[in-house]
Amino acid sequence: MQQIKSVNDFVIRFANTNGTGSASANNLFAKTVFRMGIPVSPKNVFPSNIQGLPTWYEVRVNDKGYVGRRGGVDIMVAVNPQSMAQDIKDVEPGGYFVYDKTKPLDKRFYRDDVTFFGIPLTDISRREYADPRQRQLFKNVIYIGALSAMVDIEFDVLKNLVHDQFKGKEKLIAPNIHALELGYQYAQEHFDCPIGIRIERRDMVDKHILMEGNEALALGAIYGGASVAAWYPITPSTSVVEQFEKYAKRLRIDPGSGKCNYAIVQAEDELSAIGMVVGASWNGARAFTATSGPGVSLMNEFLGLAYFAEVPTVLFDVQRTGPSTGMPTRSQQSDLLLAAYASHGDTKHVLLFPATPKECFEMGAASFDLADRLQTPVIVMNDLDLGMNEHFSEPLEWDDSTCYDRGKVLSKAELEAMPDRYGRYLDVDDDGICYRTYPGTHPTKGAFFTRGSSRDRYAKYTESSEEYVDNMERLLVKWETAKNYVPEPEIVPAERSTCDGIIYFGTTTASAEEALDILRDQGVHLDALRVRGFPFNADVEAFIAKHDRIYVVEQNRDGQLRTLLVNECEINPSKLKPLLCYDGLPITARWIVNAITSGEKGDNVVPLTKNKKVTV
Amino acid sequence: MTYHRPEFRHPELPTNDLGYTRKEYEGAISTLCAGCGHDSISAAIIQACFELSLEPHKVAKISGIGCSSKTPTYFLQNSHGFNSVHGRMPSVATGANLANRELTYIGVSGDGDSASIGMGQFAHVVRRNLNMLYLVENNGCYGLTKGQDSATSDIGSMGKKGTPNPFEPIDLCTLALELGATFVARSFSGDKEQLVPLIKAAISHSGFALIDVVSPCVTFNNTATSTKSYEFVREHIEATGKTDFIPVRQEIMADYKPGFSQEVTLHDGSVIHLYKNDENLDLHDRLSAIQAIHKCKEKGEILTGLLYLDPDCQDLHEIIGSVEKPLRDLNESALCPGSKSLEAINESLR
Repeated sequence: MQQIKSVNDFVIRFANTNGTGSASANNLFAKTVFRMGIPVSPKNVFPSNIQGLPTWYEVRVNDKGYVGRRGGVDIMVAVNPQSMAQDIKDVEPGGYFVYDKTKPLDKRFYRDDVTFFGIPLTDISRREYADPRQRQLFKNVIYIGALSAMVDIEFDVLKNLVHDQFKGKEKLIAPNIHALELGYQYAQEHFDCPIGIRIERRDMVDKHILMEGNEALALGAIYGGASVAAWYPITPSTSVVEQFEKYAKRLRIDPGSGKCNYAIVQAEDELSAIGMVVGASWNGARAFTATSGPGVSLMNEFLGLAYFAEVPTVLFDVQRTGPSTGMPTRSQQSDLLLAAYASHGDTKHVLLFPATPKECFEMGAASFDLADRLQTPVIVMNDLDLGMNEHFSEPLEWDDSTCYDRGKVLSKAELEAMPDRYGRYLDVDDDGICYRTYPGTHPTKGAFFTRGSSRDRYAKYTESSEEYVDNMERLLVKWETAKNYVPEPEIVPAERSTCDGIIYFGTTTASAEEALDILRDQGVHLDALRVRGFPFNADVEAFIAKHDRIYVVEQNRDGQLRTLLVNECEINPSKLKPLLCYDGLPITARWIVNAITSGEKGDNVVPLTKNKKVTV
Repeated sequence: MTYHRPEFRHPELPTNDLGYTRKEYEGAISTLCAGCGHDSISAAIIQACFELSLEPHKVAKISGIGCSSKTPTYFLQNSHGFNSVHGRMPSVATGANLANRELTYIGVSGDGDSASIGMGQFAHVVRRNLNMLYLVENNGCYGLTKGQDSATSDIGSMGKKGTPNPFEPIDLCTLALELGATFVARSFSGDKEQLVPLIKAAISHSGFALIDVVSPCVTFNNTATSTKSYEFVREHIEATGKTDFIPVRQEIMADYKPGFSQEVTLHDGSVIHLYKNDENLDLHDRLSAIQAIHKCKEKGEILTGLLYLDPDCQDLHEIIGSVEKPLRDLNESALCPGSKSLEAINESLR
């Protein structure tokens, strides 16, 4: 048997049972690799359940810096009998299979192209711990200890991490380290350590951080000056507001009074949450809500009102599959059309597409400036993968000279000095954006009545067709203006001149970048464009014009970005070849490579999804 | 229909403490049907705000959708107003109040807006004790869509459509009492003498104040068979008593029968005085209010007036501990923690 041999380049997957504390143990593994200076990318694949269903935790280790999902599993740590039959099948030929040998392994699971390592995890924890909960928890820590010997992790790094993670709960440090040692000793005594896959210290982490996108969005809202957060709990967006609260409690307490420089309200539903955001923004505060697709569906009416009433509205959409009980804990990029055209009537909304925690932070903060500047909803399109998994990211940065752009808002003095009649919807600057006033500004000037679209330039009620059309056309002028404000795409030209291109966005980015390198080595060269905002600006259209064939890679079934490109740009749709991966798991580099190379052969990318093996 | 209001005003119109006449509190001309109860309520709001000497621009008017929700256009033209979406006024008012706790918030809603499509938001804004006047213009039917029964319509009540309502009505006052409302009153659009002091008291209350105002729909629900018609309400109205609102530091000058009077001092120092018709009603006892409403209902009567008041409640801002200053006035120095804090956060993520 040819065993997989590698240093700092592998995929390890842990197959556990939900609710057994496995995710924190598995995170120890990922973070230790990170602290040994090697780029790492953990991904938690979890069920919509609190206890008992299978859950997987996959860690990509790669010292070339590829941190997207690769595809395939080199080491499987299978401690959940429920999923073991599938787990063994998922191991790459030449890979390794770690299991609890307290009970003998079902003979049908044996493969002769895989190396098996049995550790009596249950026996050891039963022997060492009396409390049943501790037995369950420390079983996970024991296999982490064993792995540290097997793949040559520096044990001190692991120990220090335990010290750091249990700061404030010092009682837990010693038993955790004991559990690690138990596993470590067992592996040293029984296996030929290290095995073919191992870790060697590198210096590739530098200033990088490991961070969840939702936490970064929350910090973006803190730094961007949000003072009102209204929300309704929904996976996978819940942690955005929870993290906002965590940081607000630390960073937003008024030193004089000890009171909060923020307000957080858990609403009765998403309709109410967005209504509060619209009300607060209308009244001059920076406000946001966070939700997922089902919530965006409910928010549609208000998003339309905010578009027509021209109220800045910030919404973080952490996308998932759906609806209802439909795989709500799996990731997708499937809310693009829902968000872009949310609500009835002619509406379109500004979207931002972050790809890393750093970008979540930056776009999270920038969304408030954009919303204030454009006086319209701005939706940041995060997803479960980026939002709830820790990502290897450049550190967050903030320029202390930053002043918030509150957009066109008239002060009392400006109203006082105004010679003409104030018109809320009067386009004096010819950019489609008119001047707002906050309630309570001036005793006699600047008050107006906010409503839907039945109004004239002075916000006076009218059902005149001319006034309606006039307003709708001005909103299009504003849409054109928005193109100058949304972030530009990131364009990466191929090493060789080519007529082929590829477009991707969000969490496809890391896998796409790796796929492009693999394809380049195979002689396939593609110019790449990463979309970062909607409406698309001129660069996107020019990129499409310049190429004969462009792959559009998305994590949804219907090619929603492609639909937006076709709908919004003057382009030939047949140039855009959809590459669609929508099984609910983060897209892999291998999937993209296969999709493009099989497409290259037959010049037909349609059968891709049929041939695709669905693995977790 | 009036479509033009003469500019002429009597030169000696009385002024309030701010030097404003009643004119400063008026709005655009109503486009509702002639005789609509809602217009009387708008007039009562104008009167109350004038008498309270509120600065009009320090008031925000917020509504949902429906005939009632159109009315904020017809009062306080120097106030910002927001005609939002159907049934969602409470959430918009909540957000607005969170942004700036210093303004006065008047939310106008209807029976469809509050008791049907907006029932969820109504219930939760009560629970949160948002500091606002929540005024329901209750006519038992959907006016803008031409007369369908609403959820507050009584069993057997029949409007112009000619079909008796077969379903149980929702009583917004008992519901609000159950949900913890801190100021609950009911009134009648035709009883300005009662309504104006109630509005003044509700605005002065620092917490959620509900006034459910029966307000007949002259076009669709003013029939002899409707329990929300002018005639029926006038014949079956029962009042908790006469309410006086005494602004801060004003001496109370009134005679009352011992045991039949109750006085409540609000946070701002103003006093509400109720000359009660029923000595069993205790303004501080939810249960007595609910019982009084039910007793009247059993007799086929509508109990109006102040029903319940808790002047010492905590409003939403106090509950969540937000700063005294309006949140919308906070600048970068209060909101943005700066790069040094961020560097510490980065460090914690390594």
